[in-house]
Amino acid sequence: MQWETVIGLEVHLQLATRSKIFSGSPTTFGAEPNTQASAVDLAMPGMLPVLNEQAVRYAVMFGLGIGAEIGKRSIFDRKNYFYPDLPKGYQISQFQDPIVGRGRFEVQLEDGSTREIGITRAHLEEDAGKSLHEDFHGMSGIDLNRAGTPLLEIVTEPDLRSAAEAVAYLKALHSLVTYLGISDGNMAEGSMRCDINISLRPSGSEAYGTRAEIKNVNSFRFVEKAIRHEVERQADILEDGGTVAQETRLYDADLDETRPMRSKEVANDYRYFPEPDLLPVVIADDYIEAIRESLPELPTDKRHRFMEQYGLSAYDANVLSDTRPLADYFEAVVAGCGDAKIAANWVQVELLGQLNRNELDIEHSPVSADALGGLIVRILDNSISGKIAKQVFEAMWQGEGSADEVIEAKGLKQVSDSGALETMVDEVIANNSAQVEQYLAADEARRKKLVGFFVGQVMKLSKGQANPQMVNELLAKKLV
Amino acid sequence: MHQISVAQLAKGLRDKQFSSTELTRHFLDRIASLDSRYNSYITVSESAAMAAAEAADRQLAAGDAAALTGIPIAHKDIFCTDGLRTSCGSRMLDNFVPPYDATVIQRFKRDGAVLLGKTNMDEFAMGSSNESSFYGPATNPWDRERVPGGSSGGSAAAVAARLAPAATGTDTGGSIRQPAAFCGITGLKPTYGRVSRLGMIAFASSLDQAGPMARSAQDCALLLNTMAGHDPLDSTSAAVATEDYTAALDNSLEGLRIGLPREYFGEGLDAATGAAVDAALKELTAQGARLVEISLPHSHLTVPAYYVIAPAEASTNLSRFDGVRYGHRCEDPVDLHDLYTRTREEGFGDEVKRRILVGTYALSAGYYDAYYKKAQQVRRLIKQDFLDCFEQVDVIAGPTTPGPAFRLGEKSDDPIAMYLEDVYTLAVNLAGLPGMSVPAGFVRGTPVGLQLIGRHFDESRLLNIAHRYQQVTDWHVQEPPEIAEGAA
Repeated sequence: MQWETVIGLEVHLQLATRSKIFSGSPTTFGAEPNTQASAVDLAMPGMLPVLNEQAVRYAVMFGLGIGAEIGKRSIFDRKNYFYPDLPKGYQISQFQDPIVGRGRFEVQLEDGSTREIGITRAHLEEDAGKSLHEDFHGMSGIDLNRAGTPLLEIVTEPDLRSAAEAVAYLKALHSLVTYLGISDGNMAEGSMRCDINISLRPSGSEAYGTRAEIKNVNSFRFVEKAIRHEVERQADILEDGGTVAQETRLYDADLDETRPMRSKEVANDYRYFPEPDLLPVVIADDYIEAIRESLPELPTDKRHRFMEQYGLSAYDANVLSDTRPLADYFEAVVAGCGDAKIAANWVQVELLGQLNRNELDIEHSPVSADALGGLIVRILDNSISGKIAKQVFEAMWQGEGSADEVIEAKGLKQVSDSGALETMVDEVIANNSAQVEQYLAADEARRKKLVGFFVGQVMKLSKGQANPQMVNELLAKKLV
Repeated sequence: MHQISVAQLAKGLRDKQFSSTELTRHFLDRIASLDSRYNSYITVSESAAMAAAEAADRQLAAGDAAALTGIPIAHKDIFCTDGLRTSCGSRMLDNFVPPYDATVIQRFKRDGAVLLGKTNMDEFAMGSSNESSFYGPATNPWDRERVPGGSSGGSAAAVAARLAPAATGTDTGGSIRQPAAFCGITGLKPTYGRVSRLGMIAFASSLDQAGPMARSAQDCALLLNTMAGHDPLDSTSAAVATEDYTAALDNSLEGLRIGLPREYFGEGLDAATGAAVDAALKELTAQGARLVEISLPHSHLTVPAYYVIAPAEASTNLSRFDGVRYGHRCEDPVDLHDLYTRTREEGFGDEVKRRILVGTYALSAGYYDAYYKKAQQVRRLIKQDFLDCFEQVDVIAGPTTPGPAFRLGEKSDDPIAMYLEDVYTLAVNLAGLPGMSVPAGFVRGTPVGLQLIGRHFDESRLLNIAHRYQQVTDWHVQEPPEIAEGAA
């Protein structure tokens, strides 16, 4: 039977506030255990939460970014369960009245087509601490540095149909939140963690199958692998006439498999009720409007603009709008050289290639956008060929100066002096009489192929600096 | 020195009739010699109190004394005190020494008060008799066979036995007013949000409110001046301007409309207690107040609504006591489950466990709508009843309790009978209103109280009425016989 995969994602996004959501403790990653936990984070008796306004602002920014309804009166609830790294015995979260309601989100797939993914809701909550089970001789260590870190939990509709779509969604989400500056999106440090709800149904069926939830997957690659694995597992069960159990599973990256969580790890009745220590969050319209006005251009808008304004392909527009610094860089190159297509090509191929090889991000590129624009100008005005330009770029990358400085220092300027070129052309014709005869004996179609040999010889003689167009013209004139 | 009011003590200190060191020593000596009878203190902070008194004397000498500089105050053991054990009346926190002061404590320190010690209370403020304290019950100084009330029973007993000039309490369903009534002192539960809850160990967050317990309305006003005010670290604290609560004490009662809810004078009210309240109301009408019969039609739903909401909040507020970070931890836990269950089994007493169970049940899936949600709807109706009445009257009056203090052990095996003790006080917390208990006479030798209920943030009015009443009565200055006789 043909199965259709149905996926919904819950992303826990760490918001980039400086302090925690309900206390003044810093949120810096990687500090010594329990050095960033105040009396509030430790749930000392009598301590009370105070909502961090910046977390609210970031949540509203996200809501506006996906065109969602903003909860004008959102409520915090207590989600009750016992665990040693949950100091209060409850997590402050939002249940009935989240801060962000329904929204939608355009995602570009690998093939350049786009899909609208529905966002069910997004709500604010606090993170728990960390339990450490190694190195404590049969005991567990508790690190509460992370306890109280602000999270935005973003829940999609079951709109995704494959691992590739799920990853495309996550990449687009990552792009959006980093554009907005509301999260560093650093998956390795746990800034974006993902729960995957996944079920199969016979192709063409409307009804959903029974879903399994895979908890806490923290990289794009693992999301893809976990989904592929889980789809296979469920398909095997269904093909054999079995039923999928509704359960929570863990993805084990080492074994590349999902397995059910122990029942102990799954609490079933969280006894949600409104948090009496916090008042409802009432958000005024002018607060929302002020944020709306301060929003940057978002990735989807930028992508569309790149296609329209610069005539880029969907693919190129998607790559170049992926992050704000990259998009800004690209636009600065265009401004410098005036040719968007060549700029797009150079940024994607040469620049991103070098950056990737050197594991650098765009903000640390040794070649500035102005410098790259300057290089492209020299290609456009025929001072150098595309091939020489790569050589110049290499030198610029090594810090040898601007395009003009490198061209000057290395004497790479294209030879367009017709006298000098003529001398070289004559020399090549004189030294290759056999090829000349062959050429002259050939028909028109074959001549077009054979002329390349002479061009190559002239380029060789000129150390690549001859203006190829002029060489072609001269050869056409002389080979008669 | 133990026979005079806070207002008089403050004057005495300024006039150099005595020093804070002498005053503090005097109360510490009284506690040392008398408190074995009353068990009103859990912890006495002798050396820190003397050091604070010496500092206060220096300030007094330098002439830069604040309102309460040098006045010894006792605090209910629910307020966290930096470096001083804060037990909340529970074995769970018997070893707990907070590294911080509650906002209320900070404010008393700021205003120069001397912290005498921490008073006895029902465990986690759950109780109406002080009998659920891990440290044993405090007793009623008017009759040591009787309860002092609860949960702020230690504070009430300490003030009544003249073991502190004044004290703080907290009131979730009557825990200031009921013990004040039983011990013949004056107690005020301010409007919800008037006094910061930061550092006050939570029982039911949406109901808890700290307030003063003293001999007179005037002393309560002085203490409230120190306690009241917005606290940015308590989100539920009200950003409503405070006032000088002593300013309106002497205002005339001419034309004051006092509402008498018929539901508070019916079945269940002890006749002699009702008579004492009637007599008190007569004194107020003699000063120009007018009595208006009113109705709070949802009163019969108060006890059930309260006993869903308060335990529900308590059940999760007390989850943090898990033996992981502070407080009691069972010996040699074999695993996490054992750590939790034995720690909580050993650390909590029966009444606390009962309320955790009730509250957990009320919040459980499938019961939430029928219990917690329904109780919140009832709560809104109860609040609306009061707001409707305040369209017609300025203040509401009635008995604080159905009768005088009951005997120790009399109701400790019957939780429902115990819960009904708070039938007149609970609604005030559900509605977030200020309420006050004022000594209004004696029934069979023990005190009873007149309860006054005001509009939100109308504490000044309640204090004004109580003060005017205390100008023409002497119930509040009477001392328990064995104290007056100087049996100490």
